Amino acid sequence: MNQPASAYFIEERHDPNETHTLAVLVQNEPGVLARVIGLFSGRGYNIESLTVSETEAQKHLSRITIVTTGTPMVIAQIKHQLDRMIPVYQVVDMTQTRRSIERELAMVKVRGQGEHRVESLRLADAFRARVIDATTESFVFEITGNTDKINQFIDLMRPLGLVEVSRTGVAAIGRGPEGM
Amino acid sequence: MSDKSHDPNQMTGAAMIVRALIDHGVTDIFGYPGGAVLPIYDEIFQQSEVQHILVRHEQGAGHAAEGYARSTGKPGVALVTSGPGATNMVTPLTDALMDSIPLVCISGQVPTHLIGNDAFQECDTVGITRPCTKHNWLVRDVNDLAKVLHEAFYVATTGRPGPVLVDVPKDVQFATGTYHPPRKSDVHRSYAPRVKGDATQIRKAVALLAGAKRPVIYSGGGVINSGPEATKLLRELVEVTGFPITSTLMGLGAYPASGKNWLGMLGMHGTYEANMTMHDCDVMLCVGARFDDRITGRVDAFSPNSKKIHIDIDPSSINKNIRVDVPIIGDCGNVLGDILQVFKAEAKKPDIKSWWQQIAQWRARNSLYYKKSNDVILPQHAIQSLFEATRGKDTYITTEVGQHQMWAAQFYGFEEPHRWMTSGGLGTMGYGLPAAIGVQVAHPDSLVIDIAGDASVQMTMQEMSTAVQYELPIKIFILNNQYMGMVRQWQQLLHGNRLSHSYSEALPDFVKLAEAYGGVGLQVTKPSDLDGAIKEMISVKRPVLFDCRVAALENCFPMIPSGKAHNEMLLPEQANDEATAKAFAGGKALV
Repeated sequence: MNQPASAYFIEERHDPNETHTLAVLVQNEPGVLARVIGLFSGRGYNIESLTVSETEAQKHLSRITIVTTGTPMVIAQIKHQLDRMIPVYQVVDMTQTRRSIERELAMVKVRGQGEHRVESLRLADAFRARVIDATTESFVFEITGNTDKINQFIDLMRPLGLVEVSRTGVAAIGRGPEGM
Repeated sequence: MSDKSHDPNQMTGAAMIVRALIDHGVTDIFGYPGGAVLPIYDEIFQQSEVQHILVRHEQGAGHAAEGYARSTGKPGVALVTSGPGATNMVTPLTDALMDSIPLVCISGQVPTHLIGNDAFQECDTVGITRPCTKHNWLVRDVNDLAKVLHEAFYVATTGRPGPVLVDVPKDVQFATGTYHPPRKSDVHRSYAPRVKGDATQIRKAVALLAGAKRPVIYSGGGVINSGPEATKLLRELVEVTGFPITSTLMGLGAYPASGKNWLGMLGMHGTYEANMTMHDCDVMLCVGARFDDRITGRVDAFSPNSKKIHIDIDPSSINKNIRVDVPIIGDCGNVLGDILQVFKAEAKKPDIKSWWQQIAQWRARNSLYYKKSNDVILPQHAIQSLFEATRGKDTYITTEVGQHQMWAAQFYGFEEPHRWMTSGGLGTMGYGLPAAIGVQVAHPDSLVIDIAGDASVQMTMQEMSTAVQYELPIKIFILNNQYMGMVRQWQQLLHGNRLSHSYSEALPDFVKLAEAYGGVGLQVTKPSDLDGAIKEMISVKRPVLFDCRVAALENCFPMIPSGKAHNEMLLPEQANDEATAKAFAGGKALV
């Protein structure tokens, strides 16, 4: 290995990246989201998607769903680093359990007339997207599904006059009767 | 006071802070007053249970608290004001986080209604210190203050210890509320560090140890943090197994340097025998260390043929840099106790005679060799002389960061834990002098020496004034080579000997400087005067700046060059220009 002159050991790592969805149960208190996000930026981890909301108000619990990528070693680190934060109750790797459902919601604004307009409606119907706003020259569709389905729908809308997209990011939950 | 003054638990936020300190057994704190902590200082003035040491810069308070903590095993406490007081604490907080030192910092904040207003001496303290604390809190209601303070002490001292910060706005300090003594419910239910190791993993570890042909124990600061029991058990394990043992910079003293199984420190400037033993071993037991990059050298060539057992209380330390075969999450002392119990019941001392013979050959290379001189003091010689002069005395050593630090680690033999205070992870120049102050406050009758460099010591020199004020007879033993030695060494080895800004031009006269502060200054230039001068330094019962003029261009060896493995060390006798150039051959790009 040709090592540049440096006080640090420089190594290339070749492990392939994986994408994982993590569900993180946290105490809902000021700064908790900043801690989680700061961990990712401070340690150079990726955030592909982040969804957060209070889920149990009386217990002050929030659930953060993070989609991240990294080598298996980095993914393991991310889970440990999250788990050792004081307000974090639990970290579950929804990808590793292989028994989880992921959903995302998107609102997609499309502007067009004539054949384009008709086509966008037809496709929306095929994707089970709902029209939640309409003018004579535009629609706003609401679509729910996994990330791939939503990406596909957005790609199809692009030539038909795609104006704007708003997405919630991924939420995930395990299958079966057991809780987290 | 109101009618509620009958209730002893009704008090102001400022009074709660002092009360909580007392309830947690704190006797000494380090701090610097300012607008946003005046109510707390007013409370401190009116009591005598907690002694406050006034530093000259908040960074000094932080490092002093660290030195106090490392030398006692108790948490160190610092008190600073808002804004610049808090930002000056960032370095010690980060230092304590990297080295797992329990530190509780209480900072003042502008009144709650002014937060976010860019008020005078306002900064987002919890935002700034979030990545450099184990946890931090902004207390907006005086009735939350007691709970938060108790939790702060608990979080700092349990699990993997670390720094915490509690930010208290001034109106909360003035407000009256209800205090309660520490109780279990003060702590987040989500915080429960694991102490006991998994029994199955412990059996696996013992099986590996019992079957080892070429074992090594690699211990770290975690053993010292775990407490005296862990040190005792580590020594017993070495005795029972007969295994060789090396340690990280942070772990020095857990196993005595005079012990027969001691290999010396490992890593970039560790001994040849320690690094070769690590490289060629078949079973490695890592106890409370974290496979840091100064230890491992090239990761893909690190101890390639060994089964690795890793004991750590922090799950995030496992498999971070090096994949291990048997991870055991738990407290070092607890896990070592279990391992010993199983080992003694089920295993026999393995026969590793031929392994020790191999180690003896590596030892014979004498990797810490240096050539003494009659004309000029060699820095290694200075440390050895200091060691000899203090042997058997009740001595604590702190250091700054650089060549002198590595020489101290190589040549000063530590027999007991908590005797060695150094900035390992963060590498903070300027750590040693204030740390020595903290150590001396905790151990007023002991000999406390900061082994320093001429560059590092100037970073926190102002704390000499603190030492003089509190009559703390710390000894600042400066290996003065008129360079930032380690920077210069790297420039020589890696940057074509272009000594860019590493020469200490315009050095102060350290003798006069000591006298200006009201301390004692000593200077020695000749090897023949060294022992006498050290003796004088030790006998003086006042703070001393000891200006030890040493060989200017001496470099620190042995050394693992960048990008190399443990078995590719550069030894002192090989460190001629040609071999050095070859060992460091590589691109010229700067990274």
